[in-house]
Amino acid sequence: MTLSAGPTSVPLLSVRGLTKLFGSFAACNGVDLDIAPGEIHALLGENGAGKSTLVKMLFGVLQPSAGDILWEGRSVAINSPGEARQLGIGMVFQHFSLFEALTVAENIALSLDPKISLAKISDEAAALSKAYGLPLDPNAHVADLSVGERQRIEIVRALLQNPKLIILDEPTSVLTPQEADRLFETLFKLRSEGRSVLYISHRLEEVQRICDRATVLRHGKVTGACDPKQETPGSLARMMVGSEVAQVHRDGSAALGDVGLEVRNLSVPARTPFAMSLKNISMTVRAGEVLAVAGVAGNGQSELFDALSGEFPVTDDAAIRIRGKAVGRLGINGRRLLGAGFVPEERHGHAAVSAMSLSDNLLLARSRSDKRAFLSGGAASIIRYDAIRSAARRICEKMDVRKSGDDPLAGSLSGGNLQKFIVGRELDRQPTVLIVNQPTWGVDAGAASRIRQALIDLAKAGSAVVVISQDLDEIFEVATNIAVISEGRLSAAEPAGSLTLERIGLLMGGIHESHPVPEAAHAH
Amino acid sequence: MRIELQKRARVSTLFSIVSPILALALTLVFGGIMFWLLGKSPLGALHSFFIEPLLEVWSLHELAIKAAPLILIGVGLAVCYRSNNWNIGAEGQFTIGAITGSILPVLNPDWHSPLILPLMLVMGMLGGALYAGIPALLKTRFNTNEILTSLMLVYIAQLFLDWLVRGPWRDPQGYNFPQTKSFQIEAVLPEILASGRAHWAFIFAIVAAIALWFMMRFMLKGFEVSVLGQSERAGRFAGFSARKMVWFSMLLSGALAGLAGISEVSGSIGHVQPSISPGYGFTAIIVAFLGRLNPLGIIASGLVLALTYLGGEAAQLSIGISDKVSRVFQGLLLFFVLSCDTLIHYRIRLHFGRTRPAEVAG
Repeated sequence: MTLSAGPTSVPLLSVRGLTKLFGSFAACNGVDLDIAPGEIHALLGENGAGKSTLVKMLFGVLQPSAGDILWEGRSVAINSPGEARQLGIGMVFQHFSLFEALTVAENIALSLDPKISLAKISDEAAALSKAYGLPLDPNAHVADLSVGERQRIEIVRALLQNPKLIILDEPTSVLTPQEADRLFETLFKLRSEGRSVLYISHRLEEVQRICDRATVLRHGKVTGACDPKQETPGSLARMMVGSEVAQVHRDGSAALGDVGLEVRNLSVPARTPFAMSLKNISMTVRAGEVLAVAGVAGNGQSELFDALSGEFPVTDDAAIRIRGKAVGRLGINGRRLLGAGFVPEERHGHAAVSAMSLSDNLLLARSRSDKRAFLSGGAASIIRYDAIRSAARRICEKMDVRKSGDDPLAGSLSGGNLQKFIVGRELDRQPTVLIVNQPTWGVDAGAASRIRQALIDLAKAGSAVVVISQDLDEIFEVATNIAVISEGRLSAAEPAGSLTLERIGLLMGGIHESHPVPEAAHAH
Repeated sequence: MRIELQKRARVSTLFSIVSPILALALTLVFGGIMFWLLGKSPLGALHSFFIEPLLEVWSLHELAIKAAPLILIGVGLAVCYRSNNWNIGAEGQFTIGAITGSILPVLNPDWHSPLILPLMLVMGMLGGALYAGIPALLKTRFNTNEILTSLMLVYIAQLFLDWLVRGPWRDPQGYNFPQTKSFQIEAVLPEILASGRAHWAFIFAIVAAIALWFMMRFMLKGFEVSVLGQSERAGRFAGFSARKMVWFSMLLSGALAGLAGISEVSGSIGHVQPSISPGYGFTAIIVAFLGRLNPLGIIASGLVLALTYLGGEAAQLSIGISDKVSRVFQGLLLFFVLSCDTLIHYRIRLHFGRTRPAEVAG
């Protein structure tokens, strides 16, 4: 076995002409890919480019419609994840499949041979996590762990099978910068042992920093194979998007106006055992300002959004004020009538109903605030479909929403286009206060830059904007002020210009000056 | 080998229209096989089951009588199901509606006033709605499963009716039969045409179906039902309350079941007795799904299911087979409707073990 051979020898994994059809739609179309032993190989692409489909075929979750997979030079059929593991392929998914109520060791045991004792698994897991610099307590309950730690469980679980190829799907999208650095060290260690890593990401800087080679996918086809270190972020993005990504630009800071949104000592108990409680949150957002709330997922962002939007009103009426008016106990439509607009994180089933048309989804958010335009017939509330359709058309044009047909189902749009519609739906009202949760999560680069520009323009036009985001690049692009949420607490807002990445990282890890707790993120 | 349901890339419009008809055709084919296994001529049996009832005026009236409660209950259930609330207890709401609606004629047999009939109908609707309010209350308060509670309440309602007509409501001059006095003429739902027995319940059913179709298609309330049915979270974002929707849909379907109940007792039976329904409340579930939860479709499917009841009775008389056959037909029909609908959205893929040798090199 020649695990340490150079890239000139037989590739560990080759893919030739791999195609996957869903009906008549080709999610992957004749993809070629070579992964040499001992390399970190990046798989780049926008959302919907076919990355996940490709990887699912490699891991045996999906079966290819055509094409060959060659493992160490031999043609193989991978019919299930179990067969993939036997070959020596391990996978760490973007969305973890862990049971929160079980311990780390129990979660690992679930994916292994049931005959192995739990004690043996804990020992092995502990040894592995030590060897690869992935500190992990096998007896801890998953519910108590941070996202970064949960990811380590998945990695250790994959490593226990002693794989030759590890596939990581967007591993850093949920990590703090410090946690990401630690992950990279682990990856380098794996590479030095002759193992290969297939690294899926859309973060160009990261790919340039750690990957040896990159394959770029676009619309299911390979558009480039390169050495990312020889490229610039711009050229990589061009391969991904097909055109230059528009740069978000902001000329000078707008003059700040009246207070749009004010939160004073907002505390909300956790609704479910796994939710985060909000503790004494305060913030002030003026017209013309974009306040970004940074933080690692699961630190109270969605709870904060629920409280600010009024989907779950709070008991203290004065804790939240919109344009000076106490609204804590007011529902979401009452707040909309005061001029507020909201964009939740989850597109399907929260911001939009996938099985309904775009015009229906427009009515969804604005049935009350645009009652005059969209409804007639008084108490009977007859829906004026023509008015709603023309408004939906206007929004699609303005936000450049690409769709098939005049009024397609929301579920048929790609993530980026649907998100453009959802943001456009609020912008169309000219809200004086806009609260957005993860505006570009899972959205392609082109759509993301358009959405960010729209947020900046809205603030410049005199609205108060709150952007809750995990994406630090995004935060520095749009924010005038930044606050960090951690464990349900919000740090004081600071001007974006005066904050460094390191400092944000520390705040995200839960280290405030007021109570310095070293390693607080995984204390339990 | 494993069997997989794979989502189709696009849904054929042709087949979504044809699907209920296809399901009907399959039901007929398998019904024919059943008759053949029973030793009867399949064609002759099917003819007396499905065709004969349609040939005479009086039996068309019977068809309307049987279809009316199915449609009334079915459209209410359709709204309920669209909003993701699973009221399975329409049979119980039907029974309670029949009881509360009958309070006036049973306790005041000598009250002769044109007011009595409208009051009975309103009280029947109220009774059905309140009875459906019990699972609604339990669901909104304690998060209980309305499928279980509404179903269990059916048996309570039926036993309560049984106790009433054997006990306090029994007609003293009724030779000890467990039934109430016959209703006074003012309390009987009048017939629509002079040619037969079909009464106003059928008109109520058509009006209710058209009204609910209008609501679902053109009114914000109908939109609210659809949104909350598909995603409670999106409904909350829209400012709609899932809790209020539980109440709305349960009370609405309960009221319509109650109206069907009192109409049946007042129009078709003329008094209250232990058995007032051949299972309309349960059959209406099939009606609702066969009509694709669309109130206009439910008018058609209600007539089809009513025909299986009539056919069962006719087949019992003419070819001497048990009227349980109509239950079998209803079951077949529901099965084929659901499977045809599934196959419109999914294709079946068989995976055979086609693993090529792939040992790991050590």
